[in-house]
Formats: sequence, C-alpha cells, structure tokens
Amino acid sequence: MSEAVLSQPGPVALTAAPVAAVDARGLHKSFGSVHAVNGIDLTIAPGEIVALLGPNGAGKTTTIDLLLGLAKPDRGDVRIYGHTPRGAIARGQVSAVMQTGGLLKDLTVRETVALTASLFADTQPVDEVLGRAGISEIADRRVEKCSGGQQQRLRFAMALVSDPGLLVLDEPTTGMDVEGRRDFWDAIRSDAARGRTVIFATHYLDEADAYADRIILLRRGRIVADGTAAHIRSLASGRTVRASVSNLDAAAVEALPGVDEFEVRADTVSIRTRDSDAAARYLLTHTDASDLEITSHNLEDAFLALTSDPGGADSDEPSRPAEEGTK
Amino acid sequence: MIPAPAPAALSTERRVPGFGGFNRTLLGIEIKRRLRNRRTLFFTIAFPVIMLIAFGSQYKDTPLNAALPVSKGGTSVTAFIMISMAVYGAMLASTSAGGAVAIERAQGWSRQLRLTPLTPVANIAVKIIGGLAVGLLAVLGTFATGIFLGVRMELHIWILAGLTAWLGSLVFTALGLLAGYLVPSENVMQFMGPVLAFLAFFGGLFQPLKTMTPALQNIGVWTPTYGIGEIARAPLTGDAFNWAAAGNVLVWLIVFGTGAALAFRRDTKRV
Repeated sequence: MSEAVLSQPGPVALTAAPVAAVDARGLHKSFGSVHAVNGIDLTIAPGEIVALLGPNGAGKTTTIDLLLGLAKPDRGDVRIYGHTPRGAIARGQVSAVMQTGGLLKDLTVRETVALTASLFADTQPVDEVLGRAGISEIADRRVEKCSGGQQQRLRFAMALVSDPGLLVLDEPTTGMDVEGRRDFWDAIRSDAARGRTVIFATHYLDEADAYADRIILLRRGRIVADGTAAHIRSLASGRTVRASVSNLDAAAVEALPGVDEFEVRADTVSIRTRDSDAAARYLLTHTDASDLEITSHNLEDAFLALTSDPGGADSDEPSRPAEEGTK
Repeated sequence: MIPAPAPAALSTERRVPGFGGFNRTLLGIEIKRRLRNRRTLFFTIAFPVIMLIAFGSQYKDTPLNAALPVSKGGTSVTAFIMISMAVYGAMLASTSAGGAVAIERAQGWSRQLRLTPLTPVANIAVKIIGGLAVGLLAVLGTFATGIFLGVRMELHIWILAGLTAWLGSLVFTALGLLAGYLVPSENVMQFMGPVLAFLAFFGGLFQPLKTMTPALQNIGVWTPTYGIGEIARAPLTGDAFNWAAAGNVLVWLIVFGTGAALAFRRDTKRV
C-alpha cells in the first residue's frame, strides 16, 4: 500500500508544471508597412498581475487583440491555459474589458450581464457579479443612461461572469476621474486576490506602478523591459547622489564605477550613477561632503529612457537590459 | 441550482456550451428588444393594419371573382389586400431583425460577442427566430383586423396564406443581414424602409400587378416581393401553382443568403 502511495505522482507533478496563463511565442503582426507587433515572446504565470506599458503606438492593443484572438498573428502562436484563444474563450477561461463600445444601449445593466452569462457553460450568479462590480443599485438602468465609469464597471461585471482565470483590460480607466479610477482598481484588486491573472494595458505610469506585480514595457512592437516596477526603475541608469562638498576632485569622481554624468553647481555635486553605493562611499570618505542624499529615478524617468526613440542620448543603454528582460 | 461557493482557486476545468451558445435567455432578450423598439413595432405591426383599414375596408363587399358575390359566399378584395399586408408586415419584421446586426456592429457588440462562446451561426439563428417572432405578430395582427373587417375564408386558406407570408419572410431576413453587414450605420432601417416600400409597390403588394401597365408588370415579376405575394394569395385566388413565383422566391433567397454570408465573412475578417 505504501508503494502505491509512493508511485503516485500526485500533487507534486501538478505544482511542478502548472500550465501558463499566457504562453505566446514569436508573435508578429503587421498592418501594411507598420509592424505593430514585431517579435513578442511572453509567458505569464497564473495569478500574476501584469501591466503592458508603453506610449501610443507601442503595440499594446495589437498584442491584446492577438492574445484574445481578435486578430490573427502573421507569425507565432498564442496559448491561453493551453488552449487557442478561441478555445479559451469558449471555455470562459479568458475575458476582457475593452476601452469603449461593446454594449447595447437599449438593454438594462442586469439584462446585459444576464445575457452574457447565458452564453457560457459555467458562470457566477448574476446578482453576485453585479455586487462585486459595484453596480447592484443601477441594475435596472438602461445602458445608455449610465455614466462612463458605470459603463466601465458593467464591462467589468460582464468580464467576471464566467469567472475567468485570465482577465485582460485594455486601458480600462481611460476617461475616468481620479476617484473613478481608484474605485475601479480597488474592485480589480480585491477580485484578483482570489488568484485571477490580470493583464492590463495602460499609459498611466502610476497605475502600472501601483497595481502590477510585473511591468512589461513595449516600444515599437517589441518588449524593451520586463520586471517589477523597482527593476524597471533601476534600468533607468540607477540613482542620483547629491551632496554639499567643497573639495571635490572631478577626475576621481569620473573614475568611479557606474557614473553616467555629474555636475557641480556652487557647492553642490550631483552624480547620476548606476552604483550609488560607490559614489556615496567615495564622497563620505574622500571629501568633506555633507547633507548627502540618494534618490532613485522614478518610473517616469525609466519609461522615458526606455521608450524614447533611438538616437536619443541614452538610447543604447536601455536596450541591453531589455534583451535580458525578454529572455 | 446550488450557488457555487467562492472557490479558493479558480477552476481551469471548463466546459464549452452546447448549440454554439444559443439559449433561451439570449433569444428572450432579443425578442424583448424587438418589442421594446416602438419604431419597429409601428412599422411592422401597426402600419400594415392601418393600410388594410385605410385601403381594404372599402372593398369588403367587392367580390374577387365577379361571378361569385361576397353575399353568396365569395371572397372579397379585402381578403386579397389583407394577405398582401400580412406579407408586407412579416417582411418588414424580418428585414429589421436581420438589419439589427448593423446596430450591433456600430455599437461594438459584435466584437464583444467574439469574446464569448457564442458562434456566429448561433447569433444569426437568434436574429432569424427573433424576426419570425415579430413577423408572426404582424401576420396575426393583419388577420385579426381582416376578421374584424368581415373577411371570411376557409380555414385552410387562412393557414396556408399565413404560413407563406410568415415563413416566406426568411428571404428578407437574409436581405436584412446583407444590409446589416454592408451598411456601416445604425440607421439601416431608415434606408431599408423606403427600399422595402418600393419593392412592395412594384411587386404588387400595394396594388395588384394585373392592374398595372404591361411594362410595370414585366418589371414587377422580378422583384423579391412578387413571388411570396403570389404564393401567399394563391390559396385565396385559386390560381394554379405559379412556378415563376416559386423560382422568384428561391433565386432571391439564394442571392440574399449568399450575399449575407459573403458580407459577414468580410466583416469578421476585418475585426
């Protein structure tokens, strides 16, 4: 009997190789001469909250369309929980909240959710979903009478009704006010606590920073960086070390490891460096530096550095960590 | 049904719904939407009834066949007009049901449906049945008005004429779908309404083809309204089976059906 137990692969095998929520390989998609998606490989584990961040035209929406099967890749393959996008949709394993449209104006909120629910084999109770999206009070309102924020929560409710493993949000808070955005993200976040995988496209840096476990930075249809918000920040050439100092040896500072640039103004030196520890140690031990402070670059610096056009001052710098990130 | 407790982990074992997602809730909401649309209801149900009362009631003592007066059991011209109006009402209902895909495309609903298990075939089936449901009301409405105006026919004529008017309107569901996938606007019926009135006139639904000039008659037999009208009225007039009318229905069904299928393919490819 103990042999039988031992020979069972059991839960070990299940946890060892969970099927990826998203497994995309070598995606390419062109519209005419524009390479909207130009070689994207992407694996997302179940439960991750991932932001697709990038300027307009970076390929966020096209990538999402490819993941959802709304567009066919010219090359490459997408698997959602091991299925084709269409197969995953038919099983209710992936749903999406789109930016605009997708609602029938003459239906009520409840009818819209009930109709959506009727299309799936396995669903959550409609009233429960309305509650979770925070639209129970307006359930009998016609869609055309709902505000933009209410319509967006209705889209969220429609996406929740099949209890999908993967939820895809394409710029979900565009046009919402600050409070609406916060409420919307609170709803998404408390929902994701149950283990739902979430991918959202955004061009709001603070949203990516605040809500994503992992940020994928896109530029011109390629992934230029992939990691936590802190990791992405660190890619933007490290930190700045500032101090008041009177006896600085410029040549010595330049020779420090990791220094990108430095400037001295009056008695204040400001060093941009990828090795802030070395700069701080030097200043404190070899100079009379005082009031020393180290600031990290914010995500916006990283975003601008990583997504700016080649030919810019720092253009070559970010591309190296980027390749690292896409591995 | 037992409400599922909120699962700690999301299930990855999922089923695919049967019948491509077709279900009663979907159909029920579709029909409710048709019936909530006052403009559709007016044009498909009220308008043929009003036409019948306005132009048909004056002929209730005029026999269709001069040899057999209405008072002696003959059928009236009113009955003839009633069947034509039933055909017209059912045809409007079906066209607007098919044309509704234009509204759904314009509002992004078609794209939303592509994120659900609903297959295009199931969606089109819902449009067809929704159109038939409203079309049935249009046919029953004109027939009830006819009875009120004194039309008396044998039972089998009521049934045959009614069924032909009702089911023959499937040709126009196909026309509606074709227009719905081609016209990039929500207002497809504002465009199709006059087109249908035009076809109804030249096809002999508003005025018997036989009373028109020979030139108009030669045009009329080619319109998609001609065949259904002829077949629907045949049980009443006692005319022999009209092969030209049957061919007319079949050819237009193929033309509109193929056109709708091609337009649908083009539409979904573009996303």
